[in-house]
Amino acid sequence: MPEVVTFYVLAGVAIVASAMVIGQRNPMYSVLLLIASFAALAGLYIQLDAPFVAVAQIIIYAGAIMVLFLFVVMLLNAPQEDAAEWDRTHPLRRPGIARFGAALAGVLILQLAYALMRVNELAAPVGGQTSAAAVSSVRELGRVLFDRHAFAFEATSVLILVAMVGAVVLARREDGS
Amino acid sequence: MDLRFGIQLAIIGLTFFMLINASALLVLAERKIMGFMQQRYGPYLVGPHGVLQPLADILKLLMKEELRPKGADKWLFTLAPILSVTAAFAAFATVPWGAETTLFGLLDTPVKLGVADINVGLLVVFAITSMGVYGIVLAGWASNSKYSLMGGLRASAQMISYELAYATSLAAVILLAGSLSLREIVDTQSGAWLGFIPRWYVFLQPVGFIIYVIAGVAETNRAPFDFPEAEQELVAGYNTEYSSVRFALFPQAEYINMATMSAVATDLYLGGWHGLPFLDAYGLSWVTFLLKVGAILFTYIWMRWTLPRYRYDQLMGFGWKFLFPLSVINLIVTAALVIYFNA
Repeated sequence: MPEVVTFYVLAGVAIVASAMVIGQRNPMYSVLLLIASFAALAGLYIQLDAPFVAVAQIIIYAGAIMVLFLFVVMLLNAPQEDAAEWDRTHPLRRPGIARFGAALAGVLILQLAYALMRVNELAAPVGGQTSAAAVSSVRELGRVLFDRHAFAFEATSVLILVAMVGAVVLARREDGS
Repeated sequence: MDLRFGIQLAIIGLTFFMLINASALLVLAERKIMGFMQQRYGPYLVGPHGVLQPLADILKLLMKEELRPKGADKWLFTLAPILSVTAAFAAFATVPWGAETTLFGLLDTPVKLGVADINVGLLVVFAITSMGVYGIVLAGWASNSKYSLMGGLRASAQMISYELAYATSLAAVILLAGSLSLREIVDTQSGAWLGFIPRWYVFLQPVGFIIYVIAGVAETNRAPFDFPEAEQELVAGYNTEYSSVRFALFPQAEYINMATMSAVATDLYLGGWHGLPFLDAYGLSWVTFLLKVGAILFTYIWMRWTLPRYRYDQLMGFGWKFLFPLSVINLIVTAALVIYFNA
């Protein structure tokens, strides 16, 4: 019973915080709410017997990425958004594009509903491991990651490297040349 | 079951109590040692030799008026010190501070001294210490003051930079111990080589230890890396606009973070509570632990009053161009040697 209660509390915090991230006018508050949402997700991972994933979630997202977000928001000193300044001429705010986005959201909801209905038919979790202890063990996780999913792992690291190089190239581009 | 639960609660309470007192003691130690180094007495009036000075300081801070600048963000201004001190306390949750003990034969089954013992303990410490920066950054931003903002910006840049070297030096110890649990890491360091050299990782990881200590100073924003609150440049940095208890929470968080850094350094590099066998026999292994933590804390204070502050670009250059590459090389060499000797 306590598991159910903590699950609903954490899930509630995650959903409400995520919804408020896009509802906030102040970018600083959005960043903080996103951190709260990540923390609630980490709590859910702990409940799923995956403390390593939970800690990784905190270290990478809450500890590193969000600090960078905060840094950028502070440096840019992003102003509060004002409802009166809603600009309909902005290319991303045209009615057609809004409808397209709404359609995509609808498709996503359908997909999620379909996946949730089939959840019982799913095979065993990570790398065919059935026991929760094996999944939560850092050793097993590392083995699965570098063995079965080695290609995906390497592809991801190359992707991140490309993004990093791209950012450096963009940042160092000379003006007027 | 109930007795064990009660004892665990008592240990948690004791740890909390020790941390609160550690910050008070460190304030006193800092002022006394500073006085000694500058050839004067330091605080001397409250109590014998001034030992009750922290009490007087706390009382004074509690009596002060709480001020909030007009343009400050009401919620975040209040939240920032709370976040700071919560992260500082929470980081100690997985740090063990003594061997299993029966409390001088009172219990049938031994208890572990420490709040929680989980198998990814070291990562939890790292995760929570990295959350500590939010308190400082938010304090800087929410105060709506240029000095505070500069302090907050410096804090975030500095912490991102030094966290890398810090985490990489931790990884080398994880490789040696083959575990992420702090208690297991400590227990792999019991015994001695050749009968007299203690099997502490500081002897296998001298470079890693130095990197850890330097990065630890930068992470806790202590001099010579105290840029977020550099007095000569930023008045008091991120806490310029704070007063009363809200202000008091920032130094408290800083001192508790120092204690956590030293405790983790003791567990990782100095063999934790191993090293003085005659104390272990009486179940006093935690005294060994406290002595080692005290020695590292003294070094922290010693450094603060000996070294002048760097320039900000020197700090960044040192972190990224020297400390981080060095820690990566240290990690690679350690990994190669571990594979070589284990194969």
